Amino acid sequence: MCQVTPLALHGVHVHRDGRPVLRGLDLTVRRGEVVALLGGNGSGKSTAVQAAVGALPVAAGRVELFGTPPARFRAWRRVGHVPQRSTATGGVPATVREVAAAGRLAHHGLRPFRRDDADAVDAALDAVGLLDRAEDPIDALSGGQQQRVTIARALAGRPDLLLMDEPLAAVDLAQQHALARTLAAEAARGTAVLLVLHAIGPMEGLIDRRVVLDTGLPVPAEVAA
Amino acid sequence: MSGVSGLLDHTFMRHALLAALLVGIAAPAVGTYLVQRRQAVMGDGIGHVALTGVALGFLLQTSPVWTAVAVSALGAVGMELIRSRRRAGGDLALALLLYGGMAGGALLISLAPGASTASLTGYLWGSILTVSPADLVAMAVLTVLVAAICIGLRRQLFAVCQDEAFASVTGLPVRALNLLLAVTAAVTVTVSMRVVGLLLVSALMVIPVAAAQRVGRSFAVVQLLAVVVGVLSCVGGTVGSYQLDLPSGPTIVVASMVLLAILAVLAAARPALARSRTGTMARGAVLRPRANRQEPQESR
Repeated sequence: MCQVTPLALHGVHVHRDGRPVLRGLDLTVRRGEVVALLGGNGSGKSTAVQAAVGALPVAAGRVELFGTPPARFRAWRRVGHVPQRSTATGGVPATVREVAAAGRLAHHGLRPFRRDDADAVDAALDAVGLLDRAEDPIDALSGGQQQRVTIARALAGRPDLLLMDEPLAAVDLAQQHALARTLAAEAARGTAVLLVLHAIGPMEGLIDRRVVLDTGLPVPAEVAA
Repeated sequence: MSGVSGLLDHTFMRHALLAALLVGIAAPAVGTYLVQRRQAVMGDGIGHVALTGVALGFLLQTSPVWTAVAVSALGAVGMELIRSRRRAGGDLALALLLYGGMAGGALLISLAPGASTASLTGYLWGSILTVSPADLVAMAVLTVLVAAICIGLRRQLFAVCQDEAFASVTGLPVRALNLLLAVTAAVTVTVSMRVVGLLLVSALMVIPVAAAQRVGRSFAVVQLLAVVVGVLSCVGGTVGSYQLDLPSGPTIVVASMVLLAILAVLAAARPALARSRTGTMARGAVLRPRANRQEPQESR
């Protein structure tokens, strides 16, 4: 089971509003591997992540999460997702801890939230340096801090595959370094990580492989380098 | 206080207070999720559609409560389907429900034998004193159902209303939960219509939540406080309407707004009180940066 590839996209085509956005993308992320997905605006980075989790229909090609297509995939507890520009705030106040606790839903399901769930949430908030803000309303945090809460939410599930769509957009440099250390520890314990990034920055030493997208296709390695 | 205890000597008043209690629990419990999703006026759209359901009940000469449940649930599901398909369409869908529901209600009631738009007045503004034992049983059953959903699925509904993209990747049945919430809201509207009326029902789903937000910092606390405010407004408003000979629905809504004002003043006074007590600036309480609200945008 451990040897199944966490994420594999084979010749994936995705259309949005009738326009092709991905045109035959191949992408795999293996166990313990950190892959950076790079490219300009509109190159299809976020579309690739959304197709990977089954949020967008695939026109052609194949997506597999741990060997299973997203539509039939049930082991969502193995996947941690940080959506792009995630809406961490709502119309009603919620604490940092409440938002991060949503990351445990795939584990406890309809059963009550238990001690081990609470421990995992605390550990995840600690990893992003926000444990001391756990009881604060999320509205009281800066944009970068809110983004770190959505990262903690993904980490709280102790996933085997982490998909992060521009997790650093508003995070300051010191925290980017801290996050790089957290992700390195995750990868060391076998987590597969797909990072959508604008710029590599402090993640440099962490990344095993980079894939640069241009209008829905990877740029050949020698050009990207 | 002898006047208040004397209230309970009247059977109709015991029924009315029990009905008020049920509505005070159900409406804010559901409303918290709607406000969370920034759909504060969805209850109003459902209320207008329920009017068509009430008129249909008169036309078919059956209980208007059950036709209202059926029609408003259909309307709420339709609105949810439009919302989930087209991000920008929610606004228009709401407008369609509002006007379609009103027009449908007025049309159907004109066709109903022996009924006229005057027959709808009790449903538009509420007529809590005419609540029958049979109505009460239906209201109690539906309120238990609504409360069970709102409390039992709190973490799931919170996650869906907070961030749908994330919720779907935790394996939650997002579509099903959204539809469940829509139907639950529709049921709540019909439970509440005899007490506050269809035109004001949405107020009870929203104002207690707004009041609770003044003092609550977490979602769980806000939801609980909203129910407390809802119960106080409904029971207090019912007593007040009897004593002052005022219509129950508007009195209940005004009572909830008074509670909102009191909590808003208390919340505003809190930093000032802390300042006068410590003699310092109590800056943390005053200068908490508020929101970095980024509108969710369609991403590539």
